[in-house]
Amino acid sequence: MPHQVIDGSDVGSADVTPLVQLVAPTGERVHEPDNDGDHPGYAARVAHLTGDDLRAMYRDMVLTRRFDDEATALQRQGELALYAQATGQEAAQVGPAHALAAPDMVFPSYREHGILHVRGVDPVDRLRLYRGQDHGGWDPAEHNVALYTLVIGSHVLHATGYAMGVQRDGAVGTGDPERDTAVVACFGDGATSQGDVSEALVFAAVNDAPVVFWCQNNQWAISEPTTRQSSVPLYRRGEGFGVPSVRVDGNDVLACYAVMAEALERAHAGHGPTFVEAYTYRMGAHTTSDDPTRYRERAEEEYWRQRDPIDRLAALLRAEEHWDDDWAAGVAAEADALGETLRAGVRALGAPETTSMFDHVYATPHAQVAAERAWFERYEAETAEQTAQDAETAEVAR
Amino acid sequence: MSTQTMPLAKAVTAGLRAALEADPSVMLMGEDIGRLGGVFRVTDGLQKDFGEHRVVDTPLAESGIVGTAIGLAMRGYRPVCEIQFDGFVFPAYDQITTQLAKIHNRSRGRIQVPVVIRIPYGGGIGAVEHHSESPEALFAHTAGLRVVSPATPQDAYDMMRAAVASPDPVIFLEPKGRYWSKGDVDLDSPVPSLDDAAGPDPLGTARVARSGTDVTLVAYGPTVATALSAAEALAAEGTSAEVVDLRSVSPLDVPTVAESVRRTGRCVVVHEAPSFFGSGAELAARLTEECFYSLEAPVLRVGGYHAPYPVAKLEHEYLPSVDRVLDAVDRTLAH
Repeated sequence: MPHQVIDGSDVGSADVTPLVQLVAPTGERVHEPDNDGDHPGYAARVAHLTGDDLRAMYRDMVLTRRFDDEATALQRQGELALYAQATGQEAAQVGPAHALAAPDMVFPSYREHGILHVRGVDPVDRLRLYRGQDHGGWDPAEHNVALYTLVIGSHVLHATGYAMGVQRDGAVGTGDPERDTAVVACFGDGATSQGDVSEALVFAAVNDAPVVFWCQNNQWAISEPTTRQSSVPLYRRGEGFGVPSVRVDGNDVLACYAVMAEALERAHAGHGPTFVEAYTYRMGAHTTSDDPTRYRERAEEEYWRQRDPIDRLAALLRAEEHWDDDWAAGVAAEADALGETLRAGVRALGAPETTSMFDHVYATPHAQVAAERAWFERYEAETAEQTAQDAETAEVAR
Repeated sequence: MSTQTMPLAKAVTAGLRAALEADPSVMLMGEDIGRLGGVFRVTDGLQKDFGEHRVVDTPLAESGIVGTAIGLAMRGYRPVCEIQFDGFVFPAYDQITTQLAKIHNRSRGRIQVPVVIRIPYGGGIGAVEHHSESPEALFAHTAGLRVVSPATPQDAYDMMRAAVASPDPVIFLEPKGRYWSKGDVDLDSPVPSLDDAAGPDPLGTARVARSGTDVTLVAYGPTVATALSAAEALAAEGTSAEVVDLRSVSPLDVPTVAESVRRTGRCVVVHEAPSFFGSGAELAARLTEECFYSLEAPVLRVGGYHAPYPVAKLEHEYLPSVDRVLDAVDRTLAH
């Protein structure tokens, strides 16, 4: 398999596993050897991308980064209860999202803001969960993106089941790009330890289900390094279940695009699942409640800052003369506008109706919910009436 | 009208067959449910008739069964999962309580997950550990799930079809100790609708299994037969016991029970699950609220003990027996 070897030993890791890389951190294309047989090579999978395509990826990565910065600021201002940053993982999200076909269904974890951005999920809707206003926030059917799932790894089984449904619908192997459907399960390094992820690999493998297991190894599961999750490189987990597996440079947007394109092609054709480990780095904290200074070194963060995925794509655009200062200024202005939209939109969300906690508990009438809702409404009305009376009494007394 | 006499297990089979025939999106998933027909043969012959894609032998992984069923439901399918034995549902407990029960609410009603979890439950079959448990209270405590248990072949047939038609997830507890108890089943009975807020809830309405005037015995699933035997014995002693079959513990049909208790003034709740924090405790609290001035005696419970389900040699001392029900009735009548 074509690859560029990077040595992780200078960040305290002895992991020198080869990984797919198409753009070096300096912005130069990596020339992979010609391939024999049916494997077209990853470089061939990005050969058709034009300057406009690359600029679109850059724009999406910049907007994803700005979304992160604004959401973090909104949490600091008390507008959000919590926020989980994706900074550093933009290539590992925007790259695969650009490779998706319209019918493909994505099951995100809770940090896939870049994928949601590319799929068109409204930026304010993406923050309803983190504001404490909604447990979900968008219509999964509208953009083929399932809701964020907070129990680590649970949704990887849902993705696999959904893919089994796709098979039963005959929506694989037809050759019709508007019909053939793949399912992408996004999860992290920590999730690979969950039994549900292993079970999902079992179900997908024995059924040849059209699933792409997209594991973003961002090196940290809150405070635990990947060495606490696995004694072997994570992509080998997939191999253990008989699922073709590959490690990709998760900070190289073109490599991520190429590897996802190959995995999707396999799924669409009905040839079954693929496991991808996108090797990247969580440059921020786990969430706004976390403090990484307690468990990791500045030097490591600096090492990865030198490998910022946005800088790498910018370097490629410059090297290949797709960069244009006016265009870049336009992207920056667009990011500023996104920030303003987000600030205004989140502040305008307000709070949900108190009785909405009883909504949609069941799809059909349920006596317990109905009785408790009726009691709560009566209690609220009586309390409001009492408060009004007290205010009136206080007014008269004055 | 096509009425046949059949054991409860076969009535479940008939319900599954009818559901598979009525709706191509219905599918069955579970361990050994295909060629073997399940360890209790409840799915016997269904894979042969409906194919491997609709009656699926799954890997041996309960969380995987329920988790993939959720994904299939999101894609428009109606999976019915078989958990081989009650004590083996716990690997799937996370998927059932954190995902299956909550997805409709999480999505603000945009996504329905019509998944049925079939669980042969309860004791009395002389089994080894983990094969005789009654976990209904654990599921009833989770909003978003319906939890039901039929006591008769007709109810098994009707409630299974209603459960499959339900847009909400249903924990369908099959009293395995009564699998071979026979009864008449009208195979042409209509599938009741769950969407009618004004009409009775076809999965959540209790039935009066025997009328009486002196004491109300409340039971569901395997203990309905126990309560009916106790009522028979009480009748011989001159005590008239009413027997209410709850059918469902979520929702809990309190009005039907309260109406009975207002007439009798006495109530004994009988279930195999441990009494401690059980459905009988909830019912006792609710009856105290609803018919305090009609009660002549405290509501008593006859259930399992707060001990792990015992070895088979001791299960008849653990399970609610007719004698223990009679003892409880004597205690309520002593007030």
